[in-house]
Amino acid sequence: MNSENSPRKRKSISYAKWGYLFIAPFFLAFLVFSLIPLCSTIYYSFFQYFRSGLKIIGPNFVGLKNYITLFQADLPKYLGNTLLIWVIGFIPQIFFSLLLAAWFTDLRLRLRAQGFFKTVIYMPNLIMASAFAMLFFALFSDNGPVNGSLISMGLIRQPFRFLASVAGTRGLVAFMNFLMWFGNTTILLMAAIMGVDPGLYEAAEIDGASSRQMFWKITLPLIRPILAYVLITSLIGGLQMFDVPQILTNGTGSPDRSVTTMIMYLNNHMYSKNYGMAGAVSTVLFILCSVLCFLVYVNMTRDNDSGEKRKRGARH
Amino acid sequence: MKRVKKLFSLMLALAMTAGVTACQPAAATSSAPAAPSSQAGEGSNASAAEGKVLNIWCWNDEFQTRFNAYYPDVREVAKDKSTTTLKNGTVVKWTINPNDNNNYQNKLDQALLAQGNAAADSKIDIFLVEADYALKYVDTDSTLDVKKDIGLTDSDLTDQYKYTQDIVTDKNGALKGVSWQATPGLFAYRRSIAKAVLGTDDPAKVQEQLSNWDKFDLVAAAAAGKGYKMLSGYDDSYRTFSNNVSAPWVTGTVVTVDPNIMKWVTQTKEYTQKNYNNKTVLWDDKWNADQGPSGKVFGFFYSTWGINFTLLGNSLKTPTKEGGKEEVGNGIYGDYAVCQGPQSYYWGGTWICAAKGTDNAATIQKVMKSLTCDKSIMKKITTDTQDYTNNKTAMEGLANSDYKSAFLGGQNHIKLFAEVAPKIDMSKTGPYDQGLNESMQKTFHDYFNGTIDLKTAKANFEKDVKEKYPELTEVKWPS
Repeated sequence: MNSENSPRKRKSISYAKWGYLFIAPFFLAFLVFSLIPLCSTIYYSFFQYFRSGLKIIGPNFVGLKNYITLFQADLPKYLGNTLLIWVIGFIPQIFFSLLLAAWFTDLRLRLRAQGFFKTVIYMPNLIMASAFAMLFFALFSDNGPVNGSLISMGLIRQPFRFLASVAGTRGLVAFMNFLMWFGNTTILLMAAIMGVDPGLYEAAEIDGASSRQMFWKITLPLIRPILAYVLITSLIGGLQMFDVPQILTNGTGSPDRSVTTMIMYLNNHMYSKNYGMAGAVSTVLFILCSVLCFLVYVNMTRDNDSGEKRKRGARH
Repeated sequence: MKRVKKLFSLMLALAMTAGVTACQPAAATSSAPAAPSSQAGEGSNASAAEGKVLNIWCWNDEFQTRFNAYYPDVREVAKDKSTTTLKNGTVVKWTINPNDNNNYQNKLDQALLAQGNAAADSKIDIFLVEADYALKYVDTDSTLDVKKDIGLTDSDLTDQYKYTQDIVTDKNGALKGVSWQATPGLFAYRRSIAKAVLGTDDPAKVQEQLSNWDKFDLVAAAAAGKGYKMLSGYDDSYRTFSNNVSAPWVTGTVVTVDPNIMKWVTQTKEYTQKNYNNKTVLWDDKWNADQGPSGKVFGFFYSTWGINFTLLGNSLKTPTKEGGKEEVGNGIYGDYAVCQGPQSYYWGGTWICAAKGTDNAATIQKVMKSLTCDKSIMKKITTDTQDYTNNKTAMEGLANSDYKSAFLGGQNHIKLFAEVAPKIDMSKTGPYDQGLNESMQKTFHDYFNGTIDLKTAKANFEKDVKEKYPELTEVKWPS
C-alpha cells in the first residue's frame, strides 16, 4: 500500500485542508454562540452582577458567594424536583416505547396500519411544548373539561384541583413529557431492534425459544447501546426541563415550588437580570449534566465490555 | 475538471462561512444606517423637528382604546390595532407587553437602558406606568418633566385630583406623569344576591351592612347559608388591606410585611376554610366566570376602571364580539351596584409618562392635554364608558346631575366616587409594590389551598422576593 502510494504523494493534494475548511463554519459558530457564552457564564458566576430598577449593580468580584447562596437556597430541592419529575415520566416512556417497538417490529404479529400508528404516537412531539402545556392547563383547570366530565360521570363530587396539589401538578408535567417523547423513543428503539441480525431470531426460533425469551435474551442485550443513548439524551432533556412546567404553572412552580425545575430557577434569576446567580446556577447545571452523562455512559458500556471479555475468555 | 471541483468546493466553503459569520455584522449594520437617515430626515424639515413615529409602551389595550376613541387627531387605526395614524401623518406604534410577574417593567427597563443608542424612530416616546411601580420611574431621569420639558401649564392641570399628581412628583418637585383616571376602590355587588341575602339592594342600605369587617363577615356567613359565596377568590380583598398599611413595603434593603397584610392572610384562610370564597385567583378564568351570569358570588372588590374594563364585559351572556348588546337582558347587565365597602382603598391607576430622548414633545403635549386635562373629553369618557376620570369639575358636575348608569341598575356611581376620590392617599406606595404584592399573593395561595403551613408560605415568600429583587436582603414579619 505504502509503496504504491509514495510516488503519488509528491504531487498529491492534501484533502485534509478541505476538510478543515468545511468544518470551519461549525467551529466558528460554536466558538461565537457556545464556547464564548459558556466561558463568560462561568466567569460571571463569581461576580455580583444584577440590575436594580434602572441601575446596574456590579460586576463586583465576590468569589464563591453565589455558589454558597445557591446551595443554601435549596438548590438541591429544585434538582430533586427535576429528577423526580423526569423519573416519573421516563419509566412509562421507556416501558411503552419498548413494548410498542417490540410489537411494531415483530414479524409474527404483522400489525396493520403501522404507518398510521407510528404517525399518531409521534404526533404529540410535533406540537409546541408551550401550546401543549396551555392545552393541559385549560383541560385540567378547576372548571375545565376533565373535571366537568369526571363530575358528570359521577366519579367525583367536587372538582379535583389538579394544579393545587403537588402530586397532580408533578404528575401532569411528567405525563406531558411522557406523551411528548414516547413516540420519538419508539422510533429510535425500532431502528435499534431492526438492526439486530434476523438470523439470531431464526436460530432462536428453531431452538424453540418463546418470543418473550427472544425479547429478553436477544433484543434487549443487543440494543443496549441505543438504550444508553436514549437514557442519556432523555436525562439531559430532563435536567433542562422548562417549558412544560413553566407554562403549566404560569412560571410559579407552585404548589410550594414543588415543580420548580433547575431551569425554572435559573429563569427566575435571569428574569430579574441577576447574571451572577444565573451564571452560578448554569455552571452547577453544566457540571451536573457532564457528571451524570459520564456516569451513565460508563455504566452502560462497562457491562458490555466486561461481558465481551468474559465471552472472549471463555473461547480461549 | 479537478480544478473546477476545487474552485467549486472553495466557493461553497466560503459561502458557508460568509453565511454564518455574516449574521452578526448584518444585524449591526442594518440598524446603524437607520439612525443617520432619520436624523437627515429631521434635518431636512427642521421646522417640524418632530419624529414621524410615536412609540407608546403599555401593558394592555385600555389606554390604546381610549386613545383611538378620544384623541382628536386620530385619522386611522390599523386593522390589527398595532398602529394608529394621526392626522399629521405621525404613526403611533403600540408596544404591548403583559404586566404580570414584572414582565412589563423588565422589558421597559431593557428598552429604557438602550434608549440612548436606539434609532430616533424606535426610541420610546410615551410609556405608561401603574401606581405599583410608578415611583421606580418617577425618580429617574428616564421620565421627562411634564411642565418644563413637555409644556403643560398649571392651569391645564388644575382640575386633576391632587393625589394623581403627588404620586408622580419626584423628590425635586417635578411632575413626571399625568393620569386620565382616578381610582378609588369600591365593592361591586350583585343586586339580586343582595336582595336574597340582605333583603335590599339599595346601595346605601347595603353599605350600612358592610361598613366594617365584622359586619362584612356576618354578611359572608349569611350568604354562605343561602348557597352564595361572599368573594370569588383569594386576592379579592387584598388591596383593601395592602392600601391601608402603616409604611411602604421597603425601607433601605429590608422588606417589612405590614400587620394589615397579615390580616388579609388570616381573613382569606378563614373564608377559604368556611367556604365563603370560590378559591379563584385574580384574573383567572374561573374568577372572570364568577362575575358573569353563572356566578354565585356576592361581590367583588374593584376599582373604578374595573367596572368598564372587566366587570361589564364579564356580565354579558352574549359578548359584544358575538353580537351581544350592552343592555339589560343580556346576562346580568344591570344587576350590579357599587358601594364603598368596609374600608376605603384604591387600586391601580395608569399614568402617562414622556420618555427621555423623545423627538415628539409637541405631540406628547397634545396627547397629555387632550386625554388628561380636557374637561369635555374627560366627561365624555365617563358618560360613554362608566370610567371615573381625573377631572374634578367634570366629575362633580356629573355627581350632582341626574346621570345614571344603566349597567349599575340606574345608580349614579360617580356621586359615590366624587366623595371618596379626594381622600385617596398614595403616600405608602413604593417602587417594589407590584413585585412584592404579586409574590405575597402567589406564595400564600398554597397556604390557602392547604398545601403548606404558614411558616413554609412565609419562607417561600422570602425566597421569591430574593429571586425577584437581589438587592433586598431581609424580610421582617410582624410579631
